[in-house]
Amino acid sequence: MAMLRPAERLAGADRTSGSPTTLRERLWNSRWCYVFMLPSLVLGALFTLYPMISSWYISFTDWSGLESDKRFVGVENYREAVGDAAFWSAFGRTFAFTAVAVPVMLILALFAALVLNDASLRMRAVFRTMFFLPVVTTTAIVGVVMSLIMNPFDGPLNAVLLDLGLIDRPVDFLGDPDLALWSVAGVFVWKWMGMSMIYWLVALQTVPQELYEAARVDGCTRRQTHRHITVPMITPFAVVIILITFVGALQTFPLVQSMTQGGPAFATELVELYIYRLAFAADFTPRLGYASAVAVFFGITVLIFTLAQVWGVRRAGAMQSDVKEVNRR
Amino acid sequence: MTIPTATEPTAPAQTITAPAPPRKRRGWRREIIVSLILLPICLIWIYPFLWMVGSSLKTDTEIFGSVSILPEQAQWENYTRAWYEANIGPYFWNTIFITVFTIAIVVVTTAMIGYVIGRYPFPGRKVLVVLLIATLFLPEGYTIIPVFDLINQLGLSGSLWGIILAESGGAHVIQIMLFAGYFRQLPNELEEAARIDGAGFVRTFWTVMLPLAKPAIATAIILALMRVWNSFLIPLVLTLAQPELRTLAVGVYSFQGENMTDWSGMAAASTIALMPIVIIFLLLQRYFVEGVAGAVRG
Repeated sequence: MAMLRPAERLAGADRTSGSPTTLRERLWNSRWCYVFMLPSLVLGALFTLYPMISSWYISFTDWSGLESDKRFVGVENYREAVGDAAFWSAFGRTFAFTAVAVPVMLILALFAALVLNDASLRMRAVFRTMFFLPVVTTTAIVGVVMSLIMNPFDGPLNAVLLDLGLIDRPVDFLGDPDLALWSVAGVFVWKWMGMSMIYWLVALQTVPQELYEAARVDGCTRRQTHRHITVPMITPFAVVIILITFVGALQTFPLVQSMTQGGPAFATELVELYIYRLAFAADFTPRLGYASAVAVFFGITVLIFTLAQVWGVRRAGAMQSDVKEVNRR
Repeated sequence: MTIPTATEPTAPAQTITAPAPPRKRRGWRREIIVSLILLPICLIWIYPFLWMVGSSLKTDTEIFGSVSILPEQAQWENYTRAWYEANIGPYFWNTIFITVFTIAIVVVTTAMIGYVIGRYPFPGRKVLVVLLIATLFLPEGYTIIPVFDLINQLGLSGSLWGIILAESGGAHVIQIMLFAGYFRQLPNELEEAARIDGAGFVRTFWTVMLPLAKPAIATAIILALMRVWNSFLIPLVLTLAQPELRTLAVGVYSFQGENMTDWSGMAAASTIALMPIVIIFLLLQRYFVEGVAGAVRG
């Protein structure tokens, strides 16, 4: 990511009006620029930057959210988090969820995109619309509807499975602790697959049609074309797509909360839900300080994973192009 | 991710949504087979929505254990019950209010910052862009506690403006980059002509540049709409103590908790909540797809 273009390539009006030399002159000449970014920066500072710093601060206090003063307790919350079994189970579940949902979603989406990228398919716009429809709908409401559909007694999913004879008695998709997380993951993949599909379509559109034409003239089969043209051409995009999907898959709160609220018996309590429960839905006293510590701890873990992923995929990409380079010689 | 200031941001806009170019009838058999396989898959894909709309017009006994979609006789009173008794009506207006003002704030602020990032090489630009991209990887769930605290401290916890501010305040990097890319490719001559006519920085932006950016504005509005209409965590947390401020997403969620067995009412409430965004999506699909695609294209 982040291959920034040099500022010189910008179409700026200032370039034509001579080249200001000192920094002060340049700052003064750009004064309107700073005025224009002010509203965004103020909002960003209040609701993005401040919350980050404030999370850190709150995480070192035992604030309950009810009293106005926050008492400093040092690393006590972090020490507690490290020994907190409920946190670690939520942590493990979150990674299990991501590790299953992301690859399944990406592969399904790639498959759908490959099929729909075929320009000769006249109804492809209709199909694309249908696959994309769940993406635009309100996640929490979709969760409510899905929990009705998956209801073990009266839901249509069990009705159809019973009618088809695939099961003998109703399956409790969301009530069975061994199954609930995977039912939610299934709905998650259904809900967001259309998004990844659009990402892949963007990548596929960058492959020049002439390459495909040439391959066809050379008598390549569809599979060969995919292997030798599509895959290498879309690999650079894959890095970004995997990353966006991975980060997105950590935002599970609306769906899981509306489908199971973390139940049954905490079987679907992912980290986001655990934080919410500690801070806003506690049985006894809310613990905003401790919840912040969990949030910060988890946020850092995710960041490390994300960076590792970027690094790893970039390395793989670099190695691949090295190999290609060698082969060419 | 590069900033999408690279090349013609409008031209690739056509590619995903454009109709198929005329081609030889080669492989028509394959097309029919693919279509026949895809059609049932797609219908199953959107079945939950069809079931929801169907159930909203059924009686509860008719819904239970039934796979079919069409009701025997349309039960419109499900909608009246949801609208008045389950308070979906007030929640609907709350959501409209929040959505309209959030979109206005987001579009104006992101257009302004996008304009200067896209067109002016001011000192500190690179640092700004790097910071913006970094915020893309910041999950919302981990900042909700300070946001909740901040809204309370600002004394906005009892009004819809607290939600509006919290929704507008999140990083809207994709919109910023979209505007930056769009404004960047507008020709310099426009600006020079405006300057010769005596227009200053603000007038040039407001009367010359912004009107030219209509496609980018449309995409930015749609992106903001999708986000704020569907938002859940922020309105949930900010309305915990004030049920009358709930949005549709929070309202339907609470409806489920309070009336477990009223499936037809729940289906009607869900239909009311989803219908506006689904209709807008079907009408303005291009901008939805463009907005989503922007995340990768950049």
